[in-house]
Amino acid sequence: MSVAATASGRVPHYLEAGKGIKSWLVTLDHKRIGVMYLWSVLGAFLLGGLAAILVRTELWSTGQTIMDANAYNRMFTLHGAAMVFLFIIPSVPAALGNILLPIMLGAKDVAFPRLNLASYYIYLVGALFALAAIAFGGVDTGWTFYTPYSTSDKVANTAVMMTFAAFVLGFSSIFTGINFIVTVHKLRAPGITWFRMPLFVWAIYSTAILQVLATPVLAITLLLFMVERTFGIGIFDATIGGDPVLFQHFFWFYSHPAVYIMILPGMGIISELTSTFSRRPIFGYTAVAFSSVALAIFSFLVWGHHMFVSGQSEYASALFSFLTFFVALPSGVKMFNWLGTMYKGSISFASPNLYAMAFMFLFSIGGLTGIFLGALSTDVHLTDSYFVVAHFHYVMMGGTIFAFFGGIHYWWPKTFGVTYNEGLAKIAVALQFIGFNITFFSQFILGTRGMPRRYFNYPPDFEELHRISTIGSYIVFAGFLLTAWYLIASLRKEKNAGDNPWHSVALEWQTSSPPPVENFVETPKIKHGPYDYDHPDAAPLVLASASSNRKAS
Amino acid sequence: MDRVTDPTFWMPKGASTVAGDVDQLYYFLYWLSVVLFVGIVGAMTWFALRYKRKSETEIPHGPHHNTVLEVTWTVIPLILVMVIFVWGFRGYLRMVVAPGDAMVINVTAQQWQWSFTYPNGVVDAMDERKDKQPVNGAKDMPVLRVPAGRPVKLVMRSNDVLHSFWVPEFRVKHDIVPGQYSMVWFNAIEPGDYRVFCTEYCGQDHSMMMATVMVMKPEEFDAWLKKKGGEVGGGDPVAAGALLYKTKACGGCHSTDGKPSVGPTMKGLFGRKEEITDGQPVTVDENYIRESILEPRAKLVKGFGPVMPESYGNKGPADQQLSEKQVESLIAFIKSLK
Repeated sequence: MSVAATASGRVPHYLEAGKGIKSWLVTLDHKRIGVMYLWSVLGAFLLGGLAAILVRTELWSTGQTIMDANAYNRMFTLHGAAMVFLFIIPSVPAALGNILLPIMLGAKDVAFPRLNLASYYIYLVGALFALAAIAFGGVDTGWTFYTPYSTSDKVANTAVMMTFAAFVLGFSSIFTGINFIVTVHKLRAPGITWFRMPLFVWAIYSTAILQVLATPVLAITLLLFMVERTFGIGIFDATIGGDPVLFQHFFWFYSHPAVYIMILPGMGIISELTSTFSRRPIFGYTAVAFSSVALAIFSFLVWGHHMFVSGQSEYASALFSFLTFFVALPSGVKMFNWLGTMYKGSISFASPNLYAMAFMFLFSIGGLTGIFLGALSTDVHLTDSYFVVAHFHYVMMGGTIFAFFGGIHYWWPKTFGVTYNEGLAKIAVALQFIGFNITFFSQFILGTRGMPRRYFNYPPDFEELHRISTIGSYIVFAGFLLTAWYLIASLRKEKNAGDNPWHSVALEWQTSSPPPVENFVETPKIKHGPYDYDHPDAAPLVLASASSNRKAS
Repeated sequence: MDRVTDPTFWMPKGASTVAGDVDQLYYFLYWLSVVLFVGIVGAMTWFALRYKRKSETEIPHGPHHNTVLEVTWTVIPLILVMVIFVWGFRGYLRMVVAPGDAMVINVTAQQWQWSFTYPNGVVDAMDERKDKQPVNGAKDMPVLRVPAGRPVKLVMRSNDVLHSFWVPEFRVKHDIVPGQYSMVWFNAIEPGDYRVFCTEYCGQDHSMMMATVMVMKPEEFDAWLKKKGGEVGGGDPVAAGALLYKTKACGGCHSTDGKPSVGPTMKGLFGRKEEITDGQPVTVDENYIRESILEPRAKLVKGFGPVMPESYGNKGPADQQLSEKQVESLIAFIKSLK
């Protein structure tokens, strides 16, 4: 079922298929587009990360530390907007999804390669608008752009530019979503039934549906916002007949599903990592697959839980709280099934799996603290405090970003044909994990004790915990700089990672690494699922790749 | 729960009647989370060490699924979260329904300050104590004085953007939305000082938008309010409302003796349940009166026509529009007509 890839007769891989910058700029190869996305989103991650470090440094002491209130407010807005719109939303689907989804399905490419390239250029245009908004003075509304502050004269027109950037980026997201939905429906290789698809594909598929259904609402909201700001028509502004709470409904109607656009693909990666590094079929595969779909559906019904104290009707708050608790069930199902997968496995401590285990640790905390915020009476105290900040960082960073970096490490040999320094990778995971907990666990304490979010200045009794948090953020940053260093260094090495360094039975590892232009030399014949380690046809794959790797090293 | 609770490692002091209930749920969730977290991460760590890979060629064999187990770990969490929902909902109901006898204090929020207006017209009492501690560099913070052991309802409005009123020790918080009144209530148990934070981002000096709640002994509060009321004089909002009722000729259509005329009577109006023209029920509260003055045709009581002039709101000419202050006075006047 795999491509014969010998040293002498190797078909040229996709990185060799064309030379020069132009071969990249006009490429239709999903892997190359994915790689361009990868570098772009990592650039955005660096931008958002630098902003985070400046924010944390300013909070080192009460009063002004390194910048004034205006600069601080712009900085946390830049951090939030860059991380959400430029990094996390496109990170897993557009980078890893693009590189892997067609290979995992045994397809030659995505369904609409040109649309795929267009989505990348739209992303770049959106990013340029965002950078322009920063260059022309920045935006200080917070990434949520709440009206009427964001439509008031005090906020420069850069708010419109920044929201236009988010509007444009939305289309990039929609294009990717459409492409993936059609690819999953139409381009699966013979033998890949729905229930033989990798759970990463299920997760990306559920995400794609969210991208296509929810993102237009963001576009509508931001369009209405721009209409109000530009023409003074009252939509959200009470002084001209609008309703500020309406903006929040619109915004969260998109942005809550967007939370699942951000976390579902991460969960998909964890399923892949846990199976490969436990060498076990996913425990309760069907339940995990449907839990992604369930999360996608529930995500549309719970937006009001961001607004329990906003002035929405108390009846609405009660209903949204009730519905919110149903999100806990599929999340729990996934967590328990990953544990079931590890049970009686053969568990490797390779760096991608360390990321997966860090994810389970951090996402447990992120998920459980979500219950505090879903319950009405405790939310009233905790909302808009540092407790919320800590909660969503445990979900978004401890969840999605740890999963993303686990995925990058796991598929790095697949994508670039090289291995990185595993010892440094283990040190980097440890730094990121420890630093992350220092940074954000202290924020749970801060928030519960009464520290409001988005505060440039704070009473002196909060200073000690803020300092601990700031120190933690430096440790995380050092960890990511280390990762950047050994990953970039690895690219200069000879491409000798081997086709299947993790001895996986999943389909993407059954072609050469890096893969040829159309992924497989001949259409693969599928006899077993991506996790069937104890399938009679699959076991020899593990043994063969293990022995060939031993000889190579 | 009528006793102040000491600060714990997590929670600040609990100084209002709802704090105890919030803290009980918080600590229930906290210990539930600790148990679940230790269970999940403990199992993960145990499996990782117990089933650590021993050879590169090993192929393990284990269960692929277990229906009983999978149903169990769906149903038990379902029961747990439903219990949590009901618990949180009951606590929330206590927080959002103010007792009928609560003293009303009007709160005005604007970038980046608070001001408080008492029923007798006393406004914005700054902290005159000499030994007060400056917080966030702000020495002269507005003070909200309230009596201990009596319910206080804040009717809050914003002059510009969104703000939010939070007193961590009281466990209450509510956003203040421009264009309407937002309500929050609390019953502070013991005399003492507590911080008020603005918790909805409102621009440059958001983090400086603080105030102090000074909870006083009820008799001291009454004495202070009476003394201040005497000093201010003429600021009584009921009297100001009565004057407006006369000068704006409200009496032409709205009687104060209980007889409906062109419009509904104002006697006993506040708190009355009415049916509006589309059949929906409506309870007359501060927001309904405000809307009916500024946009009289938005919600007409059944049986009355759309005849009231719309000139008091921002559709009207500048010299006829009512200020927020005037609307508040009219509401105070209508409330007094029991």
